[in-house]
Amino acid sequence: MSTTTLTKKEGAAPVEEPVLRKPSARKRLVPYWLLLPGIIWLLVFFALPLVYQASTSVQTGSLEQGFQVTWHFQTYWDAFTEYWPQFVRSLLYAGTATLLCLLLGYPLAYLIAFKAGRWRNLLLVLVIAPFFTSFLIRTLAWKTILADDSLVVDVLNALHVLDVTSWLGWTEGERVLATPMAVVCGLTYNFLPFMILPLYTSLERIDGRLHEAAQDLYASPATTFRKVTFPLSMPGVVSGTLLTFIPASGDYVNAELLGSTDTKMVGNVIQSQFLRVLDYPTAAALSFILMAIVLVMVTVYIRRAGTEDLV
Amino acid sequence: MTDKTAHTGKNTGGGDVRLTGISKAYGSFNAVHPLDLTVPQGSFFALLGASGCGKTTTLRMIAGLEDPTTGTIHLGDTDVTDLPPYKRPVNTVFQSYALFPHMDISENIAFGLRRRGIKSVKKQVDDMLELVQLGDKARHKPHQLSGGQQQRVAVARALINHPQVLLLDEPLGALDLKLRRQMQLELKRIQTEVGITFVHVTHDQEEAMTMADQVAVMNGGRVEQLGAPADLYENPQTTFVANFLGTSNLIEAEVLETGGSDVLVTAGGGKLRVPGDRCTSAVRQGGKVLVGVRPEKISLAHADDAGSIADGRNRVTGRIADSSFIGVSTQYVVNSPAGAELQVYEQNIERDTRLVPGAEVVLHWNPAHTFGLDAAQDIDAGVETVEDAG
Repeated sequence: MSTTTLTKKEGAAPVEEPVLRKPSARKRLVPYWLLLPGIIWLLVFFALPLVYQASTSVQTGSLEQGFQVTWHFQTYWDAFTEYWPQFVRSLLYAGTATLLCLLLGYPLAYLIAFKAGRWRNLLLVLVIAPFFTSFLIRTLAWKTILADDSLVVDVLNALHVLDVTSWLGWTEGERVLATPMAVVCGLTYNFLPFMILPLYTSLERIDGRLHEAAQDLYASPATTFRKVTFPLSMPGVVSGTLLTFIPASGDYVNAELLGSTDTKMVGNVIQSQFLRVLDYPTAAALSFILMAIVLVMVTVYIRRAGTEDLV
Repeated sequence: MTDKTAHTGKNTGGGDVRLTGISKAYGSFNAVHPLDLTVPQGSFFALLGASGCGKTTTLRMIAGLEDPTTGTIHLGDTDVTDLPPYKRPVNTVFQSYALFPHMDISENIAFGLRRRGIKSVKKQVDDMLELVQLGDKARHKPHQLSGGQQQRVAVARALINHPQVLLLDEPLGALDLKLRRQMQLELKRIQTEVGITFVHVTHDQEEAMTMADQVAVMNGGRVEQLGAPADLYENPQTTFVANFLGTSNLIEAEVLETGGSDVLVTAGGGKLRVPGDRCTSAVRQGGKVLVGVRPEKISLAHADDAGSIADGRNRVTGRIADSSFIGVSTQYVVNSPAGAELQVYEQNIERDTRLVPGAEVVLHWNPAHTFGLDAAQDIDAGVETVEDAG
């Protein structure tokens, strides 16, 4: 009697198990199905081109005779020694633009997050309003804004600001267009929304009662900002600066339209190597050098900012 | 005027919190009507009321987080009305604790000391961690702590500054019942230990009564009554206080005689006595009065035993509508001609098995436990709010 019950139970068990497991197994696969479109996209449009470019960078040959992979790593060294001023310039312009974006964007993001009240949504729309016009057209508009004898340049001249900036080498005489300052202005303008939005998001998440608590604990408004608000907005500062610096360091449109031959950034070199000189290996090598520099800088920056510590 | 203020300041000792004609209006809405309040130095003072009664606004005005529309705030002899919060010797324990998420526990606690330029804070921080029994959590981040622990950090962070007054804004609101009871005792212990004036805002009448030396009951932006918990409970001056603190049976009655030390009134055909000195308003013959008695003061006798009730006690006859056994006592709801749904709490010493719903009973109590309130008030004031708050 007892034996039969036992066998019955044993026999029943394997039947029960798959019935129970089937839905859970399907559920476990759901995340992977959701990931699939993104993974395919990345594979086709990011990973494959990257591999292709990597192989291009170690090829030799010419357009007429065709390029072959010869593992010619010398291209990297040649490219770097020839174009290092453009690398330095790119990082300098992008860094300056990022800093300017932070200085301009932080007060605005702070205002929208804490003081705007019912104007908050309108101001946010205004921040992204430039996106309704093409990037190119907006940059061309800056050509007019900074043109010789334009209102802005006249005012800067009258205030003798341009004397100072010329002395610093940012502008030339009474001109702004085709100078480093014009390129940095264009970069700052074009990437400002990418700074403001993450800053706003992280500031907006800060509990207003923390400000009250700080003031209750003898912190003046300035100290409250320094010790509470700013540290808590660090995730926004980090992502804002990255979203500005990384694309700005690879940008070539601003230097092309607002700059001169003396303000060429590495993006301009890559563009002309690819499309005009048709020296594909050098262009690919330059791209990889830029990518490596940016990656190293970003890693060091994130480590030092210590964002993983922040809630 | 200045002379008078200075004079009273001297008389009342250095550390009292004095609110004089303080009020707060938001546009046309008066959150706090002009009120005068003195919190004696070293006392545990509770501001009790339902949400929106102005108690938190009053607290925030003392902290400096809210500017009063009128009136002045004094700490001892110092007028702090126009001082910003970071210049007031006052600290707050916030309802949500408002711990700084990017700092660990000991940095949170040291925050106030550091802002005042004190360099060596370690000893004091350690002592404070000891006081709130969190010595092992110094390097934890706030989010790694439980609600009760975060609450204690908030207390420590405020107390370490030795403020003249510690303000507590519903500090136990987010905790579950058991932890709340535990923290009530804890806070009371800390207050006795450090001797700092505590001003505690709460909507929980039990919490206010357990912890505070003095309670100010607030309603609609005004202080309804101020006093020691037992005094407020035994001698409520308004229907709001009678209903908000515990439960009261309020019976509408008509005054028959005002001659002796007791006032004789009639309700639902029966006669009741109310001590004349326990009537809050002037009573006159033929006028109305609300007669009140607490449920635990009432004894319940089966109608068959009515004869054995001692003379001179107030009596009301009725029928049991409902009864619930809750261990230490049994709570009865009795309908009577004098008033519907009278509450009676009987100690479970010798249970009379005849006292079941439907039974005819006599409610009787010592007239000395009766109080009389102004009949012009809303008889149900403060009733609903208790349930909302619970």
